[in-house]
Amino acid sequence: MSDSLEDDFAAHALAEDTEDHRWAFGTGFTDALEGVDTRVPDGVDAQALAAYCLMLGDDALILSHRLQQWVTRAPELEEETAIANIALDLLGQARMLLARAGKADGTGRDEDQFAFWREAKEFRNVRLVERADGDFAEMLARLLVFSAWRLAQFDALRSSKDPVLSAIAAKGVKELTYHRDYAARWVVRLGDGTAESHRRMQAAFQTVWPLVDELFLTHRVEAALPQVAPDASTLRSEVDVILDTVLATATLDRPEVPPLAGVGSRYGRDGLHTEAFGYVLAEMQSVARAHTDATW
Amino acid sequence: MTADLSAEGGHGVVPLTGVPVIPEAVQVKRDWPLYEVFLRGKRGLNHVHVGSLHAADPQMALHHARDLYTRRNEGVSIWVVPAADITASSPDEKDPFFAPSGDKVYRHPTFYDIPDDVPHM
Repeated sequence: MSDSLEDDFAAHALAEDTEDHRWAFGTGFTDALEGVDTRVPDGVDAQALAAYCLMLGDDALILSHRLQQWVTRAPELEEETAIANIALDLLGQARMLLARAGKADGTGRDEDQFAFWREAKEFRNVRLVERADGDFAEMLARLLVFSAWRLAQFDALRSSKDPVLSAIAAKGVKELTYHRDYAARWVVRLGDGTAESHRRMQAAFQTVWPLVDELFLTHRVEAALPQVAPDASTLRSEVDVILDTVLATATLDRPEVPPLAGVGSRYGRDGLHTEAFGYVLAEMQSVARAHTDATW
Repeated sequence: MTADLSAEGGHGVVPLTGVPVIPEAVQVKRDWPLYEVFLRGKRGLNHVHVGSLHAADPQMALHHARDLYTRRNEGVSIWVVPAADITASSPDEKDPFFAPSGDKVYRHPTFYDIPDDVPHM
């Protein structure tokens, strides 16, 4: 606290450089991709890069929509805003990643064409993000798993050979760090709370856990992108440490449940989705498809 | 429309029969305590009161403040204070508290020339 009090001294303010333009509230916004070279680097498989951006973009897009469904339904107004903020962060990541996919694959498709005009089997998100939340605890359990995993992934992507992915990751790491922190705080609060909150938090992890293994399956697209995309299996130990720490602090048990099987070694990344996915996709796409000329 | 309906109070047609006259005892959820939020927009500026929020504890209040009041890039520092811990002056004491300073113009530093490059004065 003494640090921030010292910061108040006018002398400090006068001495600092004038690069910070936040003289007024609500100014000084930055564009994460400003000045970034958007050409696909030499030696990088452009089609694989596009496919990889779709995977990451779809993960964020669908979870963002599931989180948006909490708006007007959250237990407290303050939590509702927090969840909406997280949903907006993920939507921002999705927009940049889908736009990157359209640029890399040479079709020039924009983010809206990817989001609203593809069929379910063309989506490349993991199945973790698809199901509807049964309660607040399920929202938190999934958010903790997802943000811990994605943070490890983005952390690795910061040194990606693709400058756009690297810039998106650098911005996303800060966002995801907050998402993980938000989820972890609530998991501990509820897990180590009353008997009822403990029971429901544990039940939520039981529900989410079968979808965790899929997050760490190596995909052929990653293998085609050396130095661009990390192998998903290399993220496991880092994520496990985080999840085990949070679960232990929250007095919760790490679930021991079999993973949700794929079909003929196909998973979410290959266009195989759960029943819930059809519903969330229909809701998300309905407005854009009903009003094809609409702009926003 | 039947006779036992009325537009009483300007809120539209309301039934007058079969409605409990004395409110039934309801289980009221206990609210989280109220916190007041102070934001500093830039180093060197003061923290300014921006609003209030409900939270279960100070850490949660800080996070709620971040989510509610810094969404438009407003802040670099947040203070949260339990509203119950604030002692406020009373409107009844307005005159003895504030009126005596109203005619003392010499307490204002208005007789100095402020250089153009001094901000926030």
